[in-house]
Amino acid sequence: MDPARFFAASRLVIVAGKGGVGKTVVSAALARAASRAGLSSLVIEVEGKSGLPAMFGQGALEYADAVLHPGGGPQGDGEVRARTITPDEALLDYLKDHGLSRISKRLVSSGALDVVATAAPGIKDILILGKVKQLERAGVADLLILDAPAAGHAITFLQAARALLDTVRVGPINAQAREVLEMLTDHDRCRVVLVTLPEETPVNELVDTAFSLEDRVGIGLAPVVVNGLYDDVPGLAADPASAASQADTTLREGEAEALAEAARFRSDRMALQEEQLGRLAGALPLEQLRLPFVFTTEIGPAELEGLAERLLVEVERLPEVV
Amino acid sequence: MATLRELVEQRRILVCCGSGGVGKTTTAAVLALEAARAGRRAVVVTIDPAKRLADALGLEGLTGTPSRIDGDWPGELWALMLDTKSTFDDLVVENASSPEQGERILANRFYRNISGALSGTQEYMAMEKLYELNQRTDFDVVVVDTPPTRNALDFIDAPRRLTRFLDHRLFRMITSPSRGVLKAVNVAAQTFLRTVAKVVGAEVIDDAVAFFQAFEGMEQGFRDRADAVFHLLSDDDTAFVLVASPRRDTIEEATFFAEKLGEADISVRALIVNRMHPRFGDGLAEATRERAATLEGTDLGGLYRNLADFQLVASREDEHLAGLADAVSPAPVVRVPFLSSDVHDLDGLTELAAHILPD
Repeated sequence: MDPARFFAASRLVIVAGKGGVGKTVVSAALARAASRAGLSSLVIEVEGKSGLPAMFGQGALEYADAVLHPGGGPQGDGEVRARTITPDEALLDYLKDHGLSRISKRLVSSGALDVVATAAPGIKDILILGKVKQLERAGVADLLILDAPAAGHAITFLQAARALLDTVRVGPINAQAREVLEMLTDHDRCRVVLVTLPEETPVNELVDTAFSLEDRVGIGLAPVVVNGLYDDVPGLAADPASAASQADTTLREGEAEALAEAARFRSDRMALQEEQLGRLAGALPLEQLRLPFVFTTEIGPAELEGLAERLLVEVERLPEVV
Repeated sequence: MATLRELVEQRRILVCCGSGGVGKTTTAAVLALEAARAGRRAVVVTIDPAKRLADALGLEGLTGTPSRIDGDWPGELWALMLDTKSTFDDLVVENASSPEQGERILANRFYRNISGALSGTQEYMAMEKLYELNQRTDFDVVVVDTPPTRNALDFIDAPRRLTRFLDHRLFRMITSPSRGVLKAVNVAAQTFLRTVAKVVGAEVIDDAVAFFQAFEGMEQGFRDRADAVFHLLSDDDTAFVLVASPRRDTIEEATFFAEKLGEADISVRALIVNRMHPRFGDGLAEATRERAATLEGTDLGGLYRNLADFQLVASREDEHLAGLADAVSPAPVVRVPFLSSDVHDLDGLTELAAHILPD
């Protein structure tokens, strides 16, 4: 599938998954891949502190937009921007837009927001999603990528609109929830990308989350991203000593063992991940986009480029209709 | 400084904390299992365990009461899944001045939302459950898993935050109508609430007001309990076990966590780092990578490339870990290798235990 078409399928993409599976990395890679396909994007963070700016070689995010990757250049890159949205800030914005700025500061500073949020659960989520909806409507970028909270919470988060419609039956919050739900359930406006690792528990949770999101929220699912796969390396099955004589060289003492053990470790993990990929494919009729494990402990600009490139290759492998 | 084994064999309370996705729940289960192996009567409180682990521990659903896991150990192993709502209900009933007051609160819609929606409630109830189990004499050790919180203070602070909420000034004004000088403020508060009601609907505010009225008089009980829980957490017989994984971001979060605990005068007694990549041989990644490059296209080149991958990731993990180990020093640091399969049954827990607590 043509990447430009893939990324243009809906304005909003919500990236969700269990903690530790790499949602933020995937959000960043999606943004950069879209950028390489010529689309501008805005990555939205909702949980405060994250490693996102560091992946683009930059510092902390503010509520206002920050440019993580400039547009243009010889390849005609799309610009990548990012911002965070917190419930308090979204509330202030919301009240201002509704002519209530007079009480807004007091509502937040007195802690009354907590009281109201408890009275009508989901209100914070709606404030955030309402702000996202406003950005989506305004078309602030070709693609909006929402880095969602961790799995269990992601379902509550995305279900908030429906739940709130039952609690708050009238007024502006009701209208807001209705509009958010409209956006979430319109597959041409919004899709969810679920992220997992090729391991048993994350795969199980991804399958559960996928069905919950479809059934309970009615949200459209894009291909899933399986993150952290060990890439194959040729020669893993070879015996180090014979491989050495074949290459006309000798091994240092102990090296044969280290090479063999490392090769065995990778082969074992690869067999396990194959099993999990198969299980995932069997349980969930969605296309898979596979991203490699990055053999380091942090993702910087160089690693991100590699992941974005891989993502583009994976998207091109997708059939035309997904 | 006590070893992790000594903590498991001697302490009354073990709290496993750390960010999400680092294996806290599994680690908590392993510590409880090992305590049972050491002959102790252990109970573990888990929060949202993966389904297969829950099955392995005989946790079929939220019960709020421990269920016993049979096995070949001299002690006892009990487990339960935290049920935030029933824990909160019990707390309300216990603190109510009359059964009627308790019922009135439990029936209130606003109250029913608190357990699910108020931030910090789950953290608080985990601590409350811990307090309650600690009161019992039929357990020697209580191991508690904690919700995945970014900030350690979220759960140390949770009891106090909740009492602050229940004690909210705004609602104090509404629930104590017409007290002389306060009356003017009261009018202002009413006006404010009417405006808020315009946004969220009057029903929502009515529920909240009814709740605060019903709650009148119970704050002191809650406050006292919050203090008791806080003291329990800082008790010498309580040990905090920090769980992390060796990625840079989780290490940073764990370091921050340790600092915040330190500010609350709580020390980390042990650090467990899960999912460490194994180290193969003693070579340096750069040299191995160069050797791979000169042998490009041969099987041996591939073998070197693979070795270089693991050497690089292992040395990076060590670098990141060094800072955290310093931050929690002199607490012991336990490195748990990336296992070849997932842990979701007692055999898996036993295998993991061999790494966390080697004999």
